[in-house]
Amino acid sequence: MTKKEWPLWEIFIRGQHGLNHRHVGSLHAPDAEMAIRNARDVYTRRKEGVSIWVVPSAAITASAPSEKGPLFDPAESKVYRHPTFFDIPDEVGHM
Amino acid sequence: MYAQMVKSEGMKSLEEMSPEERAFQERVDRGDKIEPKEWMPEGYRKTLIRQIGQHAHSEIVGQLPEGNWITRAPTLERKAILLAKVQDEAGHGLYLYSAAETLGVSRDELMEKLHSGAMKYSSIFNYPTLTWADMGAVGWLVDGAAIMNQVPLQRTSYGPYSRAMIRICKEESFHQRQGYAIMMKMAQGTPEQKEMAQDALNRFWYPSLMMFGPSDKDSVHSAQSMAWKIKMNTNDELRQKFVDETVPQAEYLGLTVPDETLTWNEARGHYDFAEPDWSEFFEVIKGNGPCNEERLGARREAWDKGAWFRDGLTAYAEKAAARRAASNVAAE
Ligand SMILES: [Fe+2]
Ligand SMILES: [Fe+2]
Repeated sequence: MTKKEWPLWEIFIRGQHGLNHRHVGSLHAPDAEMAIRNARDVYTRRKEGVSIWVVPSAAITASAPSEKGPLFDPAESKVYRHPTFFDIPDEVGHM
Repeated sequence: MYAQMVKSEGMKSLEEMSPEERAFQERVDRGDKIEPKEWMPEGYRKTLIRQIGQHAHSEIVGQLPEGNWITRAPTLERKAILLAKVQDEAGHGLYLYSAAETLGVSRDELMEKLHSGAMKYSSIFNYPTLTWADMGAVGWLVDGAAIMNQVPLQRTSYGPYSRAMIRICKEESFHQRQGYAIMMKMAQGTPEQKEMAQDALNRFWYPSLMMFGPSDKDSVHSAQSMAWKIKMNTNDELRQKFVDETVPQAEYLGLTVPDETLTWNEARGHYDFAEPDWSEFFEVIKGNGPCNEERLGARREAWDKGAWFRDGLTAYAEKAAARRAASNVAAE
C-alpha cells in the first residue's frame, strides 16, 4: 500500500470570457503535470475554462483570520472611493 | 441521506459556553461562513469530518451500482450519458474529500476508514441494480433524494463544505433528469419495459425514503448540528418534501408508488405515506444489506490493485524532480 500521500494542489481556471483565473478547488496529484491533467478532468468537463493554473497548496501564504480587523476595517470609512459617493446633477449627463 | 445518522458532539446552552464558543455560535447565527483556519469548537470540527467524510464515501461507492450497467447500456448514447454521470460522482467525491481535508484529516486516512468499515456510506448503495430500468430509478429517485438534502446544504456554515455543495448541485440536476428520461422511455415502451420500470420503482421506493434517515424529531445530535448549520432540515421534513415532489412525477409516468396508504392530505397540504421498514435500514447500516460486502470488496480491490499505479506516478514525479534539480545545478 502507498504510504506516501500525494501533495495537494490549488486549481485556478480562466473561463471563456477573458476574466482572471479563478480559484475553483483543489486536488491531489504526484506532480504539476498530473495536477493539470486531473484538473482538466475534474473542473472543466462542461467547458468551464480555457486555461488552468496549478499551484502547490503549500506554496500559498494566507492572511491570518485574526488579522481580519486591522487588514480590512480601514476600507470601511472610505466610502468616497465609490463613484456613487458623489452627487452629479442630472443636467450634466452620464458620467 | 448521503450522510445518515451522523453523531454530533454534545449540545450546550449559551450560558454553558465559553466566550469563544459563544462568539462562534453568534457568528453562525448571523450567517457568517466559517473558514478553515478560524477558531471552531472541537465538536464542530469532528462532526463535520464525520459528515463530509460519509458524504464523500457515498459519492464514490455510489458509482458502483451504476458502473454495473455502463457496459450493458442499450445504446451508445445512453452509455456515454451514464459514463458522464458516474464520472461526475467521482468529482463529487473529490470536492467533498477536499473539503474534509481542510479540517485536518487526510484523504488517505478517510479512505482507510472507509475500507476498514470504521466510516459508513449511504445505505442506498447496498441495494443491487438488477435491470436497465434501475438506472432510471436511481437517477430519478436516489439523485432526487440527494438533491433534496444538498440544495439547503449550500447554505451550510462551513465555507469549504458550502462551496463543494454549490458545485455539486450544479451537476445533480443532469443526474436526476437523465434518470427520469430513462423512466419515461421505459414507461412508454412495450408492456414488458413498463413492467421493468414499475419493478424498479417498487424496489427503490422504500430504500430511497430511508436515505433521509430515521425520524430525528427528538434527537440531540440533530439539534446540535442544526444549531451549527451543518444540518439544515430535519429528516422528516426532507422526506415529506421528497414524497410530495415525487408522487406526481410517478403519476406522469403512469407508474404506481408501492404504498397502498399513500393519500393526499388536503388539511396538511402534503401526502400521507407509509414509513419504510426501519429494522431493514438498521440491518443495512450494520453491514447486512444485500450488497454491503460486494461494494466494500470492490472498493478495497480498486484501492489495492491501483497501488502499483499510484506508486509508479509517485516514483516518476520524484525522479523527474531530481532530474530537474540536477540540471539546475549543472546550469549554474
Ligand atoms: Fe453526487
Ligand atoms: Fe448525482
